[in-house]
Amino acid sequence: MSAHAATATDPPTSHRRVHRGGSDGSRLAADRRLGYALVAPVVLLLLAVTAYPLAYNLWNSFHSVNLSEAGSARSFVGLDNYTKMFGSSVWLSSLERTLAFSAASVAIETVIALALALMLHRRFRGRGLLRAAVLIPWAVPTVVSATLWKTMFDSRTGFVDYLLGNAGLPGAHTTWLAGIWTSWAAIFVADAWKNVPFMAIILLAGLQVIPDEVYEAARIDGASSWQSFRRMTLPLLKPALAVALIFRTLQAFLVFDVIYIMTGGGPGVSTETLSFLNWQTFLVGTDFGYGGAISVMLVVMALAIAAVYVRVLRPETS
Amino acid sequence: MSSEALRAPNTAVSRAAKPRSRAPMSWRRVRKRVWSIGFYLLVLIVILVALFPFYWILRTSLSTNADIARGTEATGLFPSHLSTGAYSQDFNQQHFLTPLINSAIVALAATVITVVVATMAGYALARLPIRGSSAILGFILLAGFFPVLAMVGPLFLLFRDLGFLDSIYPLILAYLVYTLPIATWLLRNFFAQIPRELEEAALVDGATRLQALRKVVVPVALPGVFTAAILAFILAWNDFTFAVSFLETPGNFTAPLAIVNLGQSQFQVFYNRIDAAVVIITIPIALLVLLAQRRIVAGLTAGSFR
Repeated sequence: MSAHAATATDPPTSHRRVHRGGSDGSRLAADRRLGYALVAPVVLLLLAVTAYPLAYNLWNSFHSVNLSEAGSARSFVGLDNYTKMFGSSVWLSSLERTLAFSAASVAIETVIALALALMLHRRFRGRGLLRAAVLIPWAVPTVVSATLWKTMFDSRTGFVDYLLGNAGLPGAHTTWLAGIWTSWAAIFVADAWKNVPFMAIILLAGLQVIPDEVYEAARIDGASSWQSFRRMTLPLLKPALAVALIFRTLQAFLVFDVIYIMTGGGPGVSTETLSFLNWQTFLVGTDFGYGGAISVMLVVMALAIAAVYVRVLRPETS
Repeated sequence: MSSEALRAPNTAVSRAAKPRSRAPMSWRRVRKRVWSIGFYLLVLIVILVALFPFYWILRTSLSTNADIARGTEATGLFPSHLSTGAYSQDFNQQHFLTPLINSAIVALAATVITVVVATMAGYALARLPIRGSSAILGFILLAGFFPVLAMVGPLFLLFRDLGFLDSIYPLILAYLVYTLPIATWLLRNFFAQIPRELEEAALVDGATRLQALRKVVVPVALPGVFTAAILAFILAWNDFTFAVSFLETPGNFTAPLAIVNLGQSQFQVFYNRIDAAVVIITIPIALLVLLAQRRIVAGLTAGSFR
C-alpha cells in the first residue's frame, strides 16, 4: 500500500470525489489500479487486431513472403515491394478508381443524406415509419444490399430495366454489369442505398442539438428559409457534418465487399479498387510481401484522409 | 456533440401555435397545402426506394424456376403463382441451416465478449481516475477507422501458423474490430450520464467498486448495454470480408458467405434460391430494427461507427 502513497496524494483534477477520511488515498490508488485493469482488455484486444497487423504488414513489406513459392523462406528485399507498387499501373489505376468513386459517392450521398436528415427532423405523422424504413437498408448485411441490387439490375428478372422500359425512359434492355460505367452506376446505387441512412442519422443528431431560438431569431430578422439554412443551420451543423464525412469517406475509400459480390472487380479489372486489389494480392496471389506494402499504404492514406477532415472541419471555437 | 444528442429532447416547438388570420390569407393556405402534399409525396418516394427492393427479393424468392426463366417482361410486378420451392431447396439441397447456425454462433459470441469488455472499459473511462484516458479513447476511435483489408493478410498468416484457418472461431477475434470501438464509446458516454451519487452511496455503505458496478451502475445502465449489444450483433452478423478470407469449406461458411456461393455454384443463376437465402438472413436484422429503432439511432449518434 505504502508504495502507492506518493501517487495517491496528488488529487485528481477532473474527478470530483467524496472525502472519506483517512481511507481516501488508498481508495484512489485502488480505483486507479482497478481502472487500468478494466481498460486493459479492450486496449489489448484492439492492439491485437490493429497494431499487430500493421506491424506485421510493415515487416512483410520489406521481405519477400510468397506462399506459392517453394520453401517460402523470407528474404529481405528492402524497398522492392514499394518500388513495384508505385511503378505498377495496376495499383495506380485502382488508386484512381478508388479516389474517383469515393469523391463522387461522398459528394452525391452527402446532399441526399442532408435532405433526408431535414425530412426526419420535421415533425409529421409517419416519421417513425420513415425512420424505420431508412434504417433497415443500413442494418442489413452488405451481402443483402449487393445481392438485392444485383437482382434489381438483372436485365431479365430485374426491376430497373422493366421500370425504365415501361416508363419509356432510355436505358431499358441494359445489361448493367457488363459495361464499365453501368457497373459503377449499379455499385453506386447499392452502396448509397445502404450508407446514406447512416449519414442521415448522424446529421439528424446534429440538427437536433441546434436550439430552436436560432431559427426563431432568423425568422424575426426576416430571413428566408433558404437564408436561415445557409447562414444558420449549415455552419452549426459543421461538427456533425465532419463526423459523417469522415466515416463515409473512409468507408467509400476502403470499399470491398459490395464490389466483390456485384462485379468481382469486372468487367475485366474495371471496378477493382485498392481494397479489392489488396485482397487479391493476399488471397489469390498469396503474396504477403507486396500485399503488405499495399496494406501499409492503405493505412497511411486512410489516416491522411482523416487528418485532412479533422483539420478542415475543426470547429472555430477551439 | 454525441452525448448532448442523447440528452437533448426534441426541441421543435409546434408550428401551429402561430396566430392564423382568416380570409385574405387563403392563397397562402393553399400554398401551404400544396407544400405539405409535396412533402408527403417525397416521404412516400423515400419509403418506396428504401423498401421496394425488399418486396422485389421476396417476390423473386417466391417465384418458380419457370417464372424466373421467363423474366419480368412476361411475369409483371406480381408473380402468377407463389412457390416455396426455392426455400426448401436452400435448406434441403444447399444445407443453408449450417451457415445460419455458424453465423449465429459467431455473432452471439462476438456480442457477448464485446458487451463484457466494453462495459468494463466504458465504466473505467467514464469514472475512474486513469492517466491518459483521452489518449486511450483516441486510440479506440482510431482503431474503428482501421482499414479492414490491412488486417486480412497478417491475420491470415497468424491463423495459418496456429492451424486456425477454415474455422469460424477465429472470426470472433477479428469481428471485435467492428464492435469494440463503437460499444466502448457508447457505453462510456452512457456511464458518464449516470449520476455519480448513485454509486457513491453504495461505496459509503461499504461496497467495493466492482460490487457497486455490478449491483448499482450496470442495472441503471442496462438500456445502454442493450443498445451496445444490438449494434454489436448487427455488425458481427453482417461481416463478409473476414469470412471470405479465412473460410474454405462450405460447412464452415457463415450465412453471408454461403449466399454468395449459392449464386456462384450454379451454371445458371437461380435468383429465386439466392434471394430466398437473402430474405432469411434479412429477417432477424429487420426485426431488431423494428423493435429497437430508437435505441439504434441513439447508439449510432453516440458512437458513430460503420
